[in-house]
Amino acid sequence: MPKVIPVPDELSQPFWQAVSEQRLVLQNCTACNKLQYPPQAACQVCGSADYLEWKEVEGKGHIATYIVIEDGRLNRRMLDQPYNLALVTLDLDPTVNFYSNLPGVPAYEVPVGAAVEVTFEEVAPGQLIHEWRVVE
Amino acid sequence: MTSSNNFQWRRDRDGLGVWEHRGKVAVVGYGHSPVDRRWDETKLDESLGAYTIMACEKAMEQAGVTIDQVDGIVCCDSHIAGGSGGTASQWAPRPYFDPPYDSEYGLTLINAQWLINTMGFNNVKFAPTGVPTIGEMVGMASQAVGDGVCSTCLVIYPTGNLEGRYRRGGENAEDYARGARQWTVPWGNHGGNDFINIFPHRQYLQKYGGEHDDLFHFVTNQHKNGMLTPWGYNATHNVQPISEEDYRGSRHILRPLRIWDCDRPVNASAAYLFTTAERAQDLKSQPVYVLNHSQHNFRFRTTQPDLDEVEMWTDQQAARMYEGAGLGPADVDIFNPYDGYSIMTQFFLEGFQWHGVKRGEALPFYAGDISVKGPHPFSSSGGNLGNGRTRTAMYTDSIEQLRGTAGDRQVTVRAETALCAFTTPSSGGWLMLGKYPS
Repeated sequence: MPKVIPVPDELSQPFWQAVSEQRLVLQNCTACNKLQYPPQAACQVCGSADYLEWKEVEGKGHIATYIVIEDGRLNRRMLDQPYNLALVTLDLDPTVNFYSNLPGVPAYEVPVGAAVEVTFEEVAPGQLIHEWRVVE
Repeated sequence: MTSSNNFQWRRDRDGLGVWEHRGKVAVVGYGHSPVDRRWDETKLDESLGAYTIMACEKAMEQAGVTIDQVDGIVCCDSHIAGGSGGTASQWAPRPYFDPPYDSEYGLTLINAQWLINTMGFNNVKFAPTGVPTIGEMVGMASQAVGDGVCSTCLVIYPTGNLEGRYRRGGENAEDYARGARQWTVPWGNHGGNDFINIFPHRQYLQKYGGEHDDLFHFVTNQHKNGMLTPWGYNATHNVQPISEEDYRGSRHILRPLRIWDCDRPVNASAAYLFTTAERAQDLKSQPVYVLNHSQHNFRFRTTQPDLDEVEMWTDQQAARMYEGAGLGPADVDIFNPYDGYSIMTQFFLEGFQWHGVKRGEALPFYAGDISVKGPHPFSSSGGNLGNGRTRTAMYTDSIEQLRGTAGDRQVTVRAETALCAFTTPSSGGWLMLGKYPS
């Protein structure tokens, strides 16, 4: 089943635009040298919006942990159940994390601790989302 | 009469010292409506509005307080479950009824103004709007009474439940994810405290060891305590406590989270009456005293809170509460943390170090004697897992334990102080109660 389609807003538009170009960009506060995701109106450390910029980052991470959704509430994903939902930390800053369904990894067979890299998946014609796949 | 909630009253920072009204505010009454699984959508005397009126009347009756003596009402609209959930939880477009059920108010929403109009309160001068959940409401009322904003304040918490599978409608039935949901829903996280807490819980097991199903000790004990709570859903519907086998054989929702790790949404309402300690002496009920309250609303640093954040947040909650009450872990007799999902309760137990339980020690603690008659009567209320999702059992049990009126649930250890909460690790509030004002 297709995933639920994210709707970009003013704040997130640059992020989703980059994803559609198969690039991973995160907000970075140049004053604090701190990445943040999801995007916010201001830096979560210094509270200023003046030093926020979009920075392309290397899409490498590790699987911190995972669950398997067996009885979720999303109508669009009912037929996918059971499916993995992993928590992926970014190598560049492990306090930044992402969700992933880990395409290619069978449900329940998630290698916790394994390295992953970003990939991109079409959820609507011409619209991509970021996903993560295990590095062999 | 009503005013917006400006949040200035909150005790939501570190280092605030002992609460200035410690022991000067008292809880003098409580009342529960029947706890139904759902409203049947026809009987207006079993509606959320009717149940809320009933709860208010019981709370006032317990203290011997009349309607004209109430000058404060703190009521949050409601937390409706049912099939729609979230932003789509409303009665419309179905036709409304005769007044006072001629709008959403009384059916899916309750607020102070509706109660003032319907019950005839005529001296209310404090009735804030935009009120958060009961986890904060009890603190808001305590502060208002302590500050002299009002002197006799009802705190009312309705929890509604209509037909339909839990939150399968509304935004969860849509093909698109907007706002904050754009960062979670595409991968399957529809939001809620089950998702927020299941990942830190998994990390907890990875870090400290143990199996998820070790939670059966706690969950089954909650069911036992629930059967000892006469007003709760389980006791009034003869829901027999589950066994270890029942638990281990139950279906998963978000594996490893099982159905029995989740509370049961209900249609019910509860009310509590707060007043000054001085005025409490003239009322017919036995007061218990508020020793501190605190609130928190920690900001997620990224998509998903992890174990480090959750442990930091709960450490902070404990430090604030102990500081404000002038007490420490060894001083707390009754401990009723929130248990709407069983996977979060260990974070509170360890953060507050109740009965000396440190990080990573909750599961062995659960496996010991946590029965109400034993040496460690943890969550003597039965919480939401044992009583249905009223989110109020923690408060009522704490009051009853301190009064010595908990009946078959009455603990055998000392019961002079009680910590109770409706809070998740990230947001909510705590209340410390005392049998004595100091």
